[in-house]
Amino acid sequence: MSFDVDIALQRGETRIACRFATGPGITALTGPSGAGKTSVLHAIAGLLRPVQGRIAVGGSVLFDASAGIDMPPQHRACGFVFQDLRLFPHRRVRENLLYGWRLAPPQRRWLSLEEALAFLDIGPLLRRLPRTLSGGEAQRIAIGRALLSGPRFVLMDEPLTSLDGARRDGIITVIERIRDELGLPILLVTHDDREVDRLADHVIPLV
Amino acid sequence: MLSGTEWAVVALSAKVSFASIFATLPIAFAFAWLLARVRFPGKIVVDGLVHLPLVLPPVVTGCLLLLAFAPDGPVGRPLAALFGVSVLFRWTGATVAAAVMALPLMVRAIRLSLEAVDPRFEQAARTLGAGPWRCFFTITLPLAMPGVLAGAVLGFARSLGEFGATITFVSNIPGETQTLPLAIYAALQVPGGDASVWRLALISVVLSLAALIVSEALSRRAGQGRGGHVL
Repeated sequence: MSFDVDIALQRGETRIACRFATGPGITALTGPSGAGKTSVLHAIAGLLRPVQGRIAVGGSVLFDASAGIDMPPQHRACGFVFQDLRLFPHRRVRENLLYGWRLAPPQRRWLSLEEALAFLDIGPLLRRLPRTLSGGEAQRIAIGRALLSGPRFVLMDEPLTSLDGARRDGIITVIERIRDELGLPILLVTHDDREVDRLADHVIPLV
Repeated sequence: MLSGTEWAVVALSAKVSFASIFATLPIAFAFAWLLARVRFPGKIVVDGLVHLPLVLPPVVTGCLLLLAFAPDGPVGRPLAALFGVSVLFRWTGATVAAAVMALPLMVRAIRLSLEAVDPRFEQAARTLGAGPWRCFFTITLPLAMPGVLAGAVLGFARSLGEFGATITFVSNIPGETQTLPLAIYAALQVPGGDASVWRLALISVVLSLAALIVSEALSRRAGQGRGGHVL
């Protein structure tokens, strides 16, 4: 079992209940905007505490309200690719990429910087500052930074929006390689049916 | 250009102002963090107390310091009992007065820069494996640094110009508590002291202007086009 989630979230006045369990591969979390897709990703990453419920990924429990388990985000080993990317503005691309890599215990690093550069085709960008990057470049750096932190699973929030056709296909190929070559469970938030058709092994509609 | 005594005045002022900034910076940062990031009851009271020296007549601040640091005062007594020191009529006292007067300006500048740090970057750092402290030192502090430096420079300028609280608290003793403004005041009282007054005044103008320009340049960098001013 990859993602095993059964939680209730409180966002202001609204309460979001969400329950799903998926097998390996890519799981798409779909639904209209405002349904709380991003909030669910944040809860799995440990950035938002559910009011109740349980989160387990790949067999290890990250959160369990009844058992009093709430693993802090830095120990969850999730590769989170945020919708707004969040590259550190004061660090060059190289330092962004290596931020999580340096913090990961050596046995958890399954990707080297050189491999990531080739994998994502970002070698020439190493010395640039994030604000000088194009949307597609920043997107690939954000994915590289997440993967270099040695994650046990990957969370991606709308990784394909605001990308043109060619870039889109490039990122889709990258996501498929993460699944096929690296074998990581991936949870993907999207509202685009074409992305779901192309990528998802499982679909979880959130209403 | 300057006489020996005038150089001594400038040197003492620099010593007092630098000591004031180094002593105040951690305290100002703690208050700024508290006010920018922590929600607690009575926040408005803490906010008001920190800013009090900004609006209180400096003479009143000096009086309150005198009461607090007097040999039987609430700060003076433990200071004497524990460390056997007194700051009264000493350059350390002038530093205390300068620090108290500089605190609100520094808290304001640092608080603004902390509020401008986007917590989304901190969240990203946490998911990449950084604990709260590492996140603070690698993300929050570097992003807030221009504002922190701008606050320090402003505080330095404020310390350099401190008059009312200092003369009330530790008097006007040449070589010990007679900083630039106090020396100018003293020279004004002496017949024929005009030349000395103008020289010291010119130095004050140059130092304050330089501090202001550095501070504005730093806060502009911090705001990065978002118009982050500390004044």
